Amino acid sequence: MENWSLFSLCVLLGLTSRWAVSFHSYSGAGKPPMFGDYEAQRHWQEVTYNLPVHEWYFNTTNNDLNYWGLDYPPLTAYHSLVCAYVAKLLNPEWVELHASRGYESHSHKLFMRATVLFTDILIYIPAVLLYCFYFCDGSSKQKVATALCILLYPGLILIDYGHFQYNSVSLGLALWGILGLGLGWDLFGSLAFTLALNYKQMELYHSLPFFCYLLGKCIKQGLIGRGFFQLAKISLTVLVTFALCWMPFLSDPKQPLQVLHRLFPFGRGLFEDKVANTWCSLNVLIKIKTLLSRETQLFLSFALTLLFILPSSLKLLSKPNLWQFKLALVNSSLAFFLFSFQVHEKSILLAALPVCLVINEIPLIAIWFLLTSTFSMLPLLVKDGLLLPYVVTSLAFLFLSLYLLSALERSTEEELRLGLYRKLTRHWLPKLNLSRIIKWKFWFSLVAMAALSFTSVWLEPPAKFPDLFPVLVSILSFLHFLGFIIYFNLVQLMEPQRKKSQKKTN
Amino acid sequence: MSATSHLLKVVIQTVMAAPMTNDQSWFYALALGVSFLKCLLINAYHSTDFEVHRNWLALTHSLPVSQWYYEATSEWTLDYPPLFAWFEYGLSHIACFFDKEMLVVPNLNYASPATVLFQRLSVIVADVVFFYAVKECCKCLREDKGKDLLGKPSFILTVLLLWNFGLLIVDHIHFQYNGFLFGVLLLSIARHCQNRHFEGAFLFSVLLNLKHIYLYIAPAYGIYLLRCFCFTQSNADGSLQWRSFSVVRLVILGTIVLSTFAVSFGPFIALGQLPQVLSRLFPFKRGLCHAYWAPNIWALYNIADKAFSILGVKFRLLDINKLPKASMTGGLVQEFQHSVLPSVSPLATLVCTLLSILPALFKIWHRPNGARGFLRCLVICALGSFMFGWHVHEKAIMMAILPLSLLAVDSRKDAGIFLMLSVTSHYSLFPLLFTTQELPIKIFLMLLFTIFSLASLKTLFRKGGALLNPLEVTYLLGLIPLELICEFVYPLTVWQKTFPFLPLMLTSVYCALGVTYAFIRLYISLLTCSDTTKKTKMQ
Repeated sequence: MENWSLFSLCVLLGLTSRWAVSFHSYSGAGKPPMFGDYEAQRHWQEVTYNLPVHEWYFNTTNNDLNYWGLDYPPLTAYHSLVCAYVAKLLNPEWVELHASRGYESHSHKLFMRATVLFTDILIYIPAVLLYCFYFCDGSSKQKVATALCILLYPGLILIDYGHFQYNSVSLGLALWGILGLGLGWDLFGSLAFTLALNYKQMELYHSLPFFCYLLGKCIKQGLIGRGFFQLAKISLTVLVTFALCWMPFLSDPKQPLQVLHRLFPFGRGLFEDKVANTWCSLNVLIKIKTLLSRETQLFLSFALTLLFILPSSLKLLSKPNLWQFKLALVNSSLAFFLFSFQVHEKSILLAALPVCLVINEIPLIAIWFLLTSTFSMLPLLVKDGLLLPYVVTSLAFLFLSLYLLSALERSTEEELRLGLYRKLTRHWLPKLNLSRIIKWKFWFSLVAMAALSFTSVWLEPPAKFPDLFPVLVSILSFLHFLGFIIYFNLVQLMEPQRKKSQKKTN
Repeated sequence: MSATSHLLKVVIQTVMAAPMTNDQSWFYALALGVSFLKCLLINAYHSTDFEVHRNWLALTHSLPVSQWYYEATSEWTLDYPPLFAWFEYGLSHIACFFDKEMLVVPNLNYASPATVLFQRLSVIVADVVFFYAVKECCKCLREDKGKDLLGKPSFILTVLLLWNFGLLIVDHIHFQYNGFLFGVLLLSIARHCQNRHFEGAFLFSVLLNLKHIYLYIAPAYGIYLLRCFCFTQSNADGSLQWRSFSVVRLVILGTIVLSTFAVSFGPFIALGQLPQVLSRLFPFKRGLCHAYWAPNIWALYNIADKAFSILGVKFRLLDINKLPKASMTGGLVQEFQHSVLPSVSPLATLVCTLLSILPALFKIWHRPNGARGFLRCLVICALGSFMFGWHVHEKAIMMAILPLSLLAVDSRKDAGIFLMLSVTSHYSLFPLLFTTQELPIKIFLMLLFTIFSLASLKTLFRKGGALLNPLEVTYLLGLIPLELICEFVYPLTVWQKTFPFLPLMLTSVYCALGVTYAFIRLYISLLTCSDTTKKTKMQ
């Protein structure tokens, strides 16, 4: 079959599963008074449509910031405004100021779901296709298989089409940024990434690798001369994009400060709910939140995050190629997720995106990571009534990706990028079969995750520990993520010259 | 649960054991993939057929056999043959582990989440029969070695059957058990191809006792078995050798069929309920066409009648006061009164159906052409009854499309017919799902299936030019504006209030043209194909 038909079949499969997931419930459905992220997005439409720009981020009589106040950057607000115009056209009740609070109906759900699908088709899916078309090694069938696996990644589908958010916009824009950098269109790439950053501040997780890659490339060209000129052009692009995005807020200095205050709410503490990062897991043993002052917490988390992102970023700076870039993105976003301040469980999607991009190179580990990341959101998904799609999409992803990428066959030590390990351990443990150990660990961890999913849904937690299962889920996923960050750091730092990815990058 | 885990284990083993091309693991991947998709559709819209089957679960579970065909608490009385009732009876014993309330007859329109889950899962699990049948059908194909996976006939056939658009939306959204039933049908066809005729005949008689709509294709089975199995030999030119008749085979066949019917209908005959059962199975009180006209001859007949009456009134040949009043709301009322053309009686449709399949039957009697000839005749019987039958549902077209898939991967001529018929009639299933929520999914699935069948059959028959001629392509492309007008533009216009049936009418008439065209082409190909040149598998 021709490529176009294969690619369109793969897109259609992705779309079908997305829309089928959207039949299910969303966050906070029928749960007044606060509802959930769905209501937050609807509320932002209401606010941006009815209030003037300078009131959006301020607590006023018409804008109660305690009720899902806008806390994303301006592009999200503009997106809400555009959606609100369409909503007004379809049914004015949906965005009526105050009166529409907590509005829920079947047709409104359809409308909201359709807006997600629309942005997905517009931004994320084409980026994935282009990425696989240009940067996947192998036959066209292999490219399509990779694209299908990326498109069927359950975490993103469940959060966007089940829970309800627009992650495909920010992640899609970041992916466009990666594409731009990979193709050598640095200005386009930095434009796309700046837009991503202005859509969701969590994209900061990806910012250091972007910066290091571009800087490293400029240094390579010579910082005096062409490289400097290039750097100036990139900086100018970023500054102009930022200025354009923030234009309505630049008239009064109070405005951007308030927006920044909304974007980075340090007052909300080190972590909220149960999230699979270091602080929440450590909290089981030591109550850090009460033990340390807010400033110490802030400093500690900042220092640790920096410590974990520096090696990979420095490596990328010295060797700016696409492969290093992708690994640095994984390492940086995972470090942010594990150690930074105020992390949400959904932020794991930011690490999942770059892991999706290495799914063709290191299939087994990537699949493992992606499944773990979906599993880490289990308490949230169960709360939203998304158990059925969680089970179905996870199993489907597991089997399809193992099959399509022949992940289990492509897991020799060489392919798992464990060559250097091998050299180290050869003296001490000559019989050690790392590949087999990893495979066993993979199955063992899958069984553990399945068992924990099962028990947390069907068993009542003991009265003494009502949060037992969410805590167990987050600790188990945390241990996985810790292992993954070590693995990906090792792979990145010990990577010998790779010919294939070298060739592709400029 | 253990069956699923076993299946998973098998899949894991096959996935682990071998790389992509040289074994059957792709079959499990396809089957598993479509099952996951079906599971995602559990919460989708379901039609009243869901309640129909819930009611049958309840009444078979809580009433004695003697009451099954008399029970009338719900308007959805049991109107399938006894074996299907037993099937529901069996299911009801699992259903009680999910939710006992669904098994109470007076609980009309009961649809708790557990009930929905159980009923949907029962359809998904029953499809295992279908999977097995498809696997058996693939064995009957001649296989090109060395081709890559996506170009293999068996791979293409598997996708065409397992991922069939019609089955997906009718079974897993609209709600019915067709997958399971077609599994039995395809298995019986596969058995005939494998020369295991007794099994094939047995399976078909079981099928008849599960759903009697398959009576329409019984003539093909009857003639084929008589001609190719009871007569053991043919002359060199393929004509009948009268002296080779084997009475033993006929007797064994007859015993198999009759004993199946005896097991199924026996208890009801013993209770003296046969007339009651039959009256439930064959209700003739309905109209010529279903509320939404199936795209067949009668849709064209109705529209011609309407056109004549409008023209007649315009040119003052007819008096508007003498025309039947309801005729302008056609498509919504069940009884459609013809104003110019003569009204059609059930008997007339029966005669038309018989006339339409007679040449095909005669042809396979005269020159049987093996299993292929039989399959083609079977498809024609299904299509003929669809074209001319009384009160045909649009879903009935599946009976022609699925067997035709088997032919489509075998010859390029049939592939062209298959494309025409499948695209048109799948589109004609669109009105089954009228909810906005399901609009994207039916479009995605339709595109998925259509693009796959177009691209894969094109690759399969790479040599020898295009499969469809420009006219056919234009016709099929015309479905796109038709869909846009019917579902996106028309609801915004003022006519939506006054003539809500117009899009449906337009759809069924447009599709009727395509289906009729495919029917005629299929007929021509049956009557003109020369059996001597073809190497048949059967003989």
